[in-house]
Amino acid sequence: MPDLRPMLPELFLFAWAIVVLLFGIGRKERSGDSLIYLTLIGLVITGILIPIAGYGNLFGGTFVVDKFAAFFQIVFLLAAFFAVASSHELMKKLSADRGEFFALILLSTTGMMLLASTLELITLYVSLELTTIPLFVLAAYRKDQLSSSEAGLKYLILGAVSSAILLYGISLVYGLTGTTFLQPALSRLIEQSVPMLLASGNVNMALVMAIVMMVAGFGFKLALVPFHMWAPDVYEGAPTPITSFLSVASKGAGVVAIARVFYTTLPAFHNVHWGTFVAVLAAAAMIVGNITAVLQSNIKRMLAFSSIAHAGYVLIGFVALPQDSVVPPYGPVSLLFYMMAYLFANMGAFACVIAFEKNYGSYQIKNYQGLSKHSPGLAIIMTLFLLSLAGIPPLAGFMAKYYVFLAGWQQFPWLVIIGLLTSVIALFYYANIIMQMYFSRGETSLTKARYDRPLLLALILTAVGTVAVGIYPEPILRFATEAVKVFPF
Amino acid sequence: MGFPILSLMIFTPVIGMAVVMMLNKDNFKLIRWVSTGFSIIPLILSLILAAGYDSSTSAMQFVEKASWIPSLSIQYFLGVDGLSVPMLFLTTLLSTISLIVSFNITNRVKEYFAFFLLLEAGMLGVFASLDFFLFYVFWEVMLVPMYFLIGIWGGPRKEYAAIKFFLYTLFGSIFMLVGILIMYLSTTPHTLDMMELITKGSAFSHSMQIMVWVFFFVAFAIKVPIFPFHTWLPDAHVEAPTAVSIILAGVLLKMGTYGFLRISYPMLPYGTNYFAYPFAILGLIGIIYGALVSMAQKDLKKLVAYSSVSHMGYCILGMAVFFIDQASGKPHITGLAGCYFQMFSHGLITGAMFLLVGVLYDRAHTREIAAFGGLGSKLPVYTAFMTIFAMASLGLPGMSGFVAEFMVFIGSFPKYPVVTGLAVIGVVLTAGYILRMVQRMFLGEFNTKWSGLTEINTREIIATTPLLLLTVALGVYPKPLITMISATLQNIVTQVMR
Repeated sequence: MPDLRPMLPELFLFAWAIVVLLFGIGRKERSGDSLIYLTLIGLVITGILIPIAGYGNLFGGTFVVDKFAAFFQIVFLLAAFFAVASSHELMKKLSADRGEFFALILLSTTGMMLLASTLELITLYVSLELTTIPLFVLAAYRKDQLSSSEAGLKYLILGAVSSAILLYGISLVYGLTGTTFLQPALSRLIEQSVPMLLASGNVNMALVMAIVMMVAGFGFKLALVPFHMWAPDVYEGAPTPITSFLSVASKGAGVVAIARVFYTTLPAFHNVHWGTFVAVLAAAAMIVGNITAVLQSNIKRMLAFSSIAHAGYVLIGFVALPQDSVVPPYGPVSLLFYMMAYLFANMGAFACVIAFEKNYGSYQIKNYQGLSKHSPGLAIIMTLFLLSLAGIPPLAGFMAKYYVFLAGWQQFPWLVIIGLLTSVIALFYYANIIMQMYFSRGETSLTKARYDRPLLLALILTAVGTVAVGIYPEPILRFATEAVKVFPF
Repeated sequence: MGFPILSLMIFTPVIGMAVVMMLNKDNFKLIRWVSTGFSIIPLILSLILAAGYDSSTSAMQFVEKASWIPSLSIQYFLGVDGLSVPMLFLTTLLSTISLIVSFNITNRVKEYFAFFLLLEAGMLGVFASLDFFLFYVFWEVMLVPMYFLIGIWGGPRKEYAAIKFFLYTLFGSIFMLVGILIMYLSTTPHTLDMMELITKGSAFSHSMQIMVWVFFFVAFAIKVPIFPFHTWLPDAHVEAPTAVSIILAGVLLKMGTYGFLRISYPMLPYGTNYFAYPFAILGLIGIIYGALVSMAQKDLKKLVAYSSVSHMGYCILGMAVFFIDQASGKPHITGLAGCYFQMFSHGLITGAMFLLVGVLYDRAHTREIAAFGGLGSKLPVYTAFMTIFAMASLGLPGMSGFVAEFMVFIGSFPKYPVVTGLAVIGVVLTAGYILRMVQRMFLGEFNTKWSGLTEINTREIIATTPLLLLTVALGVYPKPLITMISATLQNIVTQVMR
């Protein structure tokens, strides 16, 4: 029996999911508040367990907890925390199956945490499925709404296809190397295991296929252009807390997987120029995401397209590999930092959308008109998140954008230029919402917004995070710098 | 590190904003006085700063330096030299005046004053930052309250004007950001410290200097604005509330010219020399084009707005002149001094013009020049103020505007005789549109439609008087300001001629 200590957080979270599930059975209370608090407590304990469990290596390298994994695990836990905290309104609308809802979120989070800490492709695949399958169910959770069922179905079908593509890519890597373990020496293994192919010159082709398929598989999770078509419909149809969870945590899962695979095996793959390939995808994501977002009238769809664009910005950091021994490696660090900044701003923006929906029952941007008059607090906090997403200093989003642009400039200046220009477009649609909230002259008869306690908690914490990470990013930058040291740059 | 006077200056308005936000939103009187109080503190501090400033040296003074984000070598670094001190004073003065002018705002008063204080903090930060990142943060922070101030309290097309201003300026800022990134990455060890970049600037390769210079040019030219980047200005000015117009013309435009002198000139000497002649031509175009367009305006506020394009043209022309005098071996700073004098004087004069336009608009609800006539007999005090500033604007001797233009022409003539010769036409054109405006509005037969107009009130007179006094004082005795900036400008010219 190996020492399972490093796996403690995952095991605990899994157990807690069962507890929540059992606790939810037969409970008829109106609000579901006790379930929310129970789930939140579980997430907080898991977070505390991460440093207690420490770092380590289990099952011969299948399961590796390092600082990189810990960083993303914290991101996932925070995302789950905010999503759960903003589920109160949804609980009121559900007649049954409340326990399952939170248990599924916890299971999906467990999958993500495992995903962050594996160096083996089959485990990676299984973790990814554990992440995604609960999300299919969660997206379709509003059985009374057709759009929610549609979202779940679309997500399921496209998710299954993308998983298949990913699996194909993984099998090609296995075929070329004879191993499913990610390691820097992968290139040597290719030379050893397929000397015949190498001689015929076909090895590069197979490798390119493998990379393209893996990028496509992860690209689906990240909602990268051209694998993004599911995102707007699913984001719009899914219950809003799940949309927020999808937009941050599921994206984070894609980021962590792609970073793990490519950064660990870097020396093996650099000769096929995957960086340029991914850079083109990033550019497409920023252009398509930002331009399409301008055209949206539904705020959930708008945030869906904006999150596609943000995936593009994240990838600038991803492709910006350190070229010399510059300390710290800007690109990977900025990738991690961007996820953290994006987490607070995007979860916060969705919490505002939930608060607005709860009070005024609408997702239409035009209905935000005059919000600053009757609910000034909500308007200010929403403005804060939107400005952070737009990258206006001194908020977290600016720091993150600054860092990815800094990282990307030396290798991909054209990509940075595209990123900068599209962020001007992004300002247009974010500012449009601010304009609706503040500039309208019309008198509204709406009442002051009211919040339930967990939602208020989520709003306050995300707002504090957005400001604090923007003004004093040093601790997170340090953590991220430590985290990327696990890779052989 | 001594007494942190600069931090105190920058963050007092921020504290003021927090305090104002906590006040009862219906107690207008309290909100107004508290905000004004919080803007007077930086004004007093800026006077102390000016009094304590040692103008015999070009070194940075009142320096505050602390590590902020060491991972990216970002510092909290503030300091002032001859370029900053007068601008800080102008900013604090105009902010206080603008707040007094804004006492007639009755719509969403609390938000208005809170945003205004944030705006002041951002502007002060720009003029005091010596770290590139910090500079950029303040530069951008300022846009947000500006966006709200135009968008909420503006005129009929406020939404359009607000977003146009925001997008246009952000578009310029991203060029600056690229410039900053390139400079940061091309120094070893990487640094964002402006003082270090100035020392290392001349070592940058020529092609890089030209490229980065162009990037900074776009960012600053939009702010100044230099033709053809001026199209946001009339929209923003016409729609903005009076106080915001004062700040726009008085302070924001100066950030562009300040940026050139603080960043482009000392850090990219080759680029500056390379583009000196085109710069002078752009100045000339601004002078003539701005004046011609002003002539065609029917709206008084638009006229003043376009006159800013023309006046900032003098600034650019003066800035294009820098050389080491062969005879004396000393740097020739007359052009730059004229430019700087124009920055300061334009802030006073145009600020006052916008203020007075606002006074009239509040009463008449129109700004159409043709609608008025013979106001001189009905509103003698208002007419006196307006006429004095109109004369200052066209460069009447004895006013600060004359000193500035005269120095620009004297400075630029040795280097660009033809351009300067053509630019003098601008003076005539300016006299043309200003005098025509004065004649049509204040002289001639009184239009009885306006018999109900009331005279400028005490509060407005109090707001205008300091500007009037300074305009005349600097016109008669310009030496204090010139003494304050000379050492710094000499240093800049020396750096550019490296």
